Amino acid sequence: MSETIEKLADREYEYGFVTDIEEERIPKGLSEEIVRIISAKKDEPEWLLKWRLKAFERFQQMREDGHCPDWAKLSYPEIDFQDMYYYAAPKPKKQLESLDEVDPELLATYEKLGIPLQEQKRLAGVAVDAVFDSVSVATTYKGELEKQGILFGSFSEAVKNHPELVRKYLGSVVPYSDNFFAALNSAVFSDGSFAYIPKGVRCPMELSTYFRINAQETGQFERTLIIAEESSYVSYLEGCTAPMRDENQLHAAVVELVALDDAEIKYSTVQNWYPGDKDGKGGIYNFVTKRGACRGKRSKISWTQVETGSAITWKYPGCILQGDDSVGEFYSVALTNNRQQADTGTKMIHIGKNTKSTIISKGISAGHGQQSYRGLVRIGPKAHGARNYSQCDSLLLGDQCGAHTFPYLEVKNASSTLEHEATTSKIGEDQLFYCRQRGISEEDAISMIVNGFCKEVLRELPMEFAVEAQALLGVSLEGSVG
Amino acid sequence: MTMLEIENLHATAGDAEILKGIDLTIRPGEIHAIMGPNGSGKSTLAGVLSGRAAFEVTKGSILYQGKNLQELDPEQRAREGIFLAFQYPVEIPGVTNNYFLKASLNAIRTHRGEEELDAMDFLSVVKEKMKIVEMPKDLMGRSINEGFSGGEKKRNEVLQMLLLEPKLMVLDETDSGLDIDALRVVATGVNHLRSPERSMLVITHYQRLLDYIVPDVVHVLSEGRIVRSGGRELALELEEKGYGWIEEAGA
Repeated sequence: MSETIEKLADREYEYGFVTDIEEERIPKGLSEEIVRIISAKKDEPEWLLKWRLKAFERFQQMREDGHCPDWAKLSYPEIDFQDMYYYAAPKPKKQLESLDEVDPELLATYEKLGIPLQEQKRLAGVAVDAVFDSVSVATTYKGELEKQGILFGSFSEAVKNHPELVRKYLGSVVPYSDNFFAALNSAVFSDGSFAYIPKGVRCPMELSTYFRINAQETGQFERTLIIAEESSYVSYLEGCTAPMRDENQLHAAVVELVALDDAEIKYSTVQNWYPGDKDGKGGIYNFVTKRGACRGKRSKISWTQVETGSAITWKYPGCILQGDDSVGEFYSVALTNNRQQADTGTKMIHIGKNTKSTIISKGISAGHGQQSYRGLVRIGPKAHGARNYSQCDSLLLGDQCGAHTFPYLEVKNASSTLEHEATTSKIGEDQLFYCRQRGISEEDAISMIVNGFCKEVLRELPMEFAVEAQALLGVSLEGSVG
Repeated sequence: MTMLEIENLHATAGDAEILKGIDLTIRPGEIHAIMGPNGSGKSTLAGVLSGRAAFEVTKGSILYQGKNLQELDPEQRAREGIFLAFQYPVEIPGVTNNYFLKASLNAIRTHRGEEELDAMDFLSVVKEKMKIVEMPKDLMGRSINEGFSGGEKKRNEVLQMLLLEPKLMVLDETDSGLDIDALRVVATGVNHLRSPERSMLVITHYQRLLDYIVPDVVHVLSEGRIVRSGGRELALELEEKGYGWIEEAGA
């Protein structure tokens, strides 16, 4: 078995290439001046600059107080916030009128990543916003979506064209003071995606953002805001990749979702940032704050994540179930191989009556991977009849890895119902042998068993991406049984 | 060419030597039964033939259709036509029986140089075979062996055997835990595969399975050696007199 493992462990990260493109960067380091420069680059209104500056002030305060979160079960050297770039963007050749004018080098990059942007090659049924380092470089199907009143595109554009919406919702779910990394993001965020689905509209295609880190020594700080008006529906997917580099790069994003009465948002992530090499050199530090507010009655927010990349993953996509009868869901597969570490889970905050949440978390650890599920379920005093079901399963491959579970329950209403189930298992020699005795190779057997383990989560992904996620799990995992 | 030729086979599990010099020749078309008390090495023999890592061959040789079996991985053996019906079929949560059987059949077809079957073709093939073992339809959509009754698990083994059409079938105590009706169904499935090109090694503790799957030769295994071989009647004699009789006779 160990031969197969070694052979497969040597398999390269498929998206590790670097695009040779001329980029514009601002000076290294973090300061009020840098925040002002970023804001000026975006030609932002005064209110937004002020908001950034307040966030920056807060971040500085937290930094002085030593608030860089250390409660997670992660170990990494202290991040030097002065030793990185906060803004890098491909140099625009001219003002873009259409996608045909996007730098061919960028188009080629996305094509290589399997995300063709040109009109004739676009993915059917999926509108893509392509974010390259600090800026959005292209958005497909924009026109078609606008016909239905759906706004989809870069965050910067939204600030220019729909400032009233941005101003109303920005920071309303994740305030800048929420946590250390959210404060940092609020100060220096450069771009991201914005989606607005008007009342009663069911978005006819998947909306998707494809994040790519390219520039060296540069952090990516994007901000995503999705607003679903009454009785609307949207399914959104994000994908992420980065080049292979020996140094670590920081990715600190914030995602805010707002669902009004009877609205539904389905948010899926396939995270495949560069995980570092097999000795743990390089890789992305992924510190992300994602939260959805079910503001309206009977609204629903569903998070599905497949986390296979990053050297470090720190994220807890949560739902604030404010509206009565609102529903929050969290489906997660996280995989840590080699020296990867993940501390991930969710927060379900029940405020309204008869609110319901479901948590299905599947953790897979292989190699020296360390993984923790950390989840909070809070039932507020007015959340009569609230229900939560949590299931956390861990699968271990080999005996050098670890899986840990940290469930937090805070219940202030006696009429609520909570269920929690947790299991830990190892891929059995018996299971592998059974498959092999039926002619199935060891690699295929591992991938089959792992996919079986994750099935409840994978089936929540949009069709097109379920297949991709399955393949990704296979590639990231094979060769890790020892 | 012989189907299987085992010479002076010694095998260990951990520090213990379990098989202590087995000689066995099986020709195409023959059905051999191996009987013996618990701990005599029956399941070890099945494990060694299928390539289980827990057992180590320390001496002797196994030729399968002229090939040195020890040079082949478990999956290669399976693709070359060796099928082990497990005594304890393994459960794999989340992987449907249907998916698993298709992946297995296609791996073997590819090896044989045949085209892979798509979902529709596979379905029509599997439906036919399911009838033979009276397999309830819903078992195909469920996770492999998960929540299956003892009888369903064994039927599932035979169903796989029918699908994969192996050349050498090793049945490891397929009768254990079966009631008489289930036993009959399982045996019907197995007998379906009887042909002049195929051979079987039927491992069992009790002779009753051999009422349904009638062997050409019966071997008695005791303490890692074949201590007696004979025809069908040896099994009946054994049942009447018990294993003690053989052990005494062997001593």
